[in-house]
Amino acid sequence: MSEKKPSLWIRIYSFFVYGFIYAPILILIIFSFNTQKLNIHWEGFTLHWYNVLFADKQIFLATRNTLMIALISTIVATIIGTLAALAMHRYRFPLYNASETVMYIPIVIPEVVMGISLLVFFVMIKTTLGLTTITLSHIAFNIPFVALVVRARLHGYDKAIDEAAMDLGANEFTTFRRITLPTIMPGVLSGAMLALTLSLDDYVITYFTAGPGSTTLPLRVFSMVKTAVTPEINALSTLWVMIIFILLVIGQIAQRRRV
Amino acid sequence: MKRFRIVSLIVITLSLIISACGGTVATTVAPPEPTTATGAPTAAPAEPTTPPAVSDTLNLYAWSEYVPQQMLDDFTTKYGIKVNYDTYSSNEEMLAKLQAGASGYDVIIPSDYTVAIMIKQDMLEQIDVTKLSNFGNLDPRFTNRDYDPGNKYTIPYQWGTSGMIYDKTTVPSEPKSWSDLWDPAYKGRLVLLDDEREVMGMALRVLGFDPNTTNEDELNQAEQKLIELKPNILKFDSDAPETAIISGEAFAGMVYNGNASLALAEDPNVVYICPTEGCSIWFDNLAVPKGAPHKDAAMLFLDWVLDKNESVLITVEFPYSNPNKAALEYLKTYDPTVYETYMSFSGTNPDDAFLAKTSPIVDVGDATTIYDNLWTDFLSR
Repeated sequence: MSEKKPSLWIRIYSFFVYGFIYAPILILIIFSFNTQKLNIHWEGFTLHWYNVLFADKQIFLATRNTLMIALISTIVATIIGTLAALAMHRYRFPLYNASETVMYIPIVIPEVVMGISLLVFFVMIKTTLGLTTITLSHIAFNIPFVALVVRARLHGYDKAIDEAAMDLGANEFTTFRRITLPTIMPGVLSGAMLALTLSLDDYVITYFTAGPGSTTLPLRVFSMVKTAVTPEINALSTLWVMIIFILLVIGQIAQRRRV
Repeated sequence: MKRFRIVSLIVITLSLIISACGGTVATTVAPPEPTTATGAPTAAPAEPTTPPAVSDTLNLYAWSEYVPQQMLDDFTTKYGIKVNYDTYSSNEEMLAKLQAGASGYDVIIPSDYTVAIMIKQDMLEQIDVTKLSNFGNLDPRFTNRDYDPGNKYTIPYQWGTSGMIYDKTTVPSEPKSWSDLWDPAYKGRLVLLDDEREVMGMALRVLGFDPNTTNEDELNQAEQKLIELKPNILKFDSDAPETAIISGEAFAGMVYNGNASLALAEDPNVVYICPTEGCSIWFDNLAVPKGAPHKDAAMLFLDWVLDKNESVLITVEFPYSNPNKAALEYLKTYDPTVYETYMSFSGTNPDDAFLAKTSPIVDVGDATTIYDNLWTDFLSR
């Protein structure tokens, strides 16, 4: 198959699409180096706001909370989601279709609904809101995303390979460790990356389930913007965009890798 | 059998993971860390004796960029109480969270009208101000207000006004009253707060009505009046309305005093007034929500905020008005430049003539629906 070059029109069109998506982010990054506090127009170059940012204790605490929640919820959700996907792939059981649908409902349900229901639930069972409740909530909304990605990877996975391994004397665990897991690893990794990015920038569900001492970065930024958008927020967003961008690239690489 | 084994394996693994995870999360929250939160112990302690406190944590729930970090660090240094500073972005957000049953917060900073609602719903702990050794530092003009007579539940933290801002070099002629803004010379040159009560209140004042009226007929007239103003309105902005004034896009508008202070710092031609019809005044207050787990620490903190050495930090850092008379007096020597700016600007230190024209926006109860409907209708025209 010969590869055709896109026509001029498609190229111009693509340029505008990408510009529409990335121009605001680019401007945000540029203005993080602005000397003017109110950030209305460009006055001069400075790294001052990055110093302010790194000296901001509340931002530091919020970052620590965010990263801790994201890491724990990603690991747990990835394990549960992967196991769920494997079970759905391997077995047929009563209410199979129903349980599959129910599994993916959190993806389509509005975040507000999920947030309120979690808040009401946690208050009802008399849990103190805080890092634990946020982490549990993030695990809850991340599981279906991981399961979805891993199931896509499992699609067309030949069970005969597993059976062959067992015929040759491997027990179930060895088969899983040596055969199944390496095969679906790209799916598991990109599921984990997706979970991590979702957890890092979640606002709505986190807002409802947050308690004393558990303010995350998105919550912090949202309340900072209320008083005035200083270049400190631009600087913070710039770093954030970079981190998410790097994570997404890693996720892409993981997905492309073929075992 | 095989299936059962796998299922039980999964269940066991999951429960192990969850309990392990719960454990790590819980332990990171639980231990008191008086040693880690050292901060810079710069401010001198006010009292020679340190009252004993049982609690080792204080959970503060307030706006972001509203409580100086230095003040919190000093508090930790002095009492060994770690402060968790969590943030919300509106009174409604905080209220909704507490009403849903979220607990654990010890000190909150609600605005006057929210205080009134919270007292009515029995959501605040009573405070005995006689136990606060620094309560006398407050300017008596700003205590004992209508939303909390006798300061039984709250003490004022910061206050301010929503008045008129204009740039004297761009306006056609210097406005004195809100009604001057209806002049066609302001076409597309006004910035207003995105706040239905403030903007409707302005129209009600222009018409000579009570800005907190619940009379539907008066409210309808106010909406009609606002519709006449529409061609002059450039935009509604509550977060950073001062930017439109500084950039010259807008000539005049309605802003909070904090915005006016920020504008003045960038543009010396900015003027902030309370127009002849009057303008509104607001108070943010320290309060202790019902069921606060660390009430003893909360009381220590309230007294700490009222300490002039600490209160002065608020005014140095944030552009609002400080009800603490002793702190303002101390500011004179602590930072003469800030003191000079604070005292000379009507946004931070309005004179008595300005203050005489102010009145608070109060909760209108069921009439809120009428306001909501008229406001939505006005915006859609």
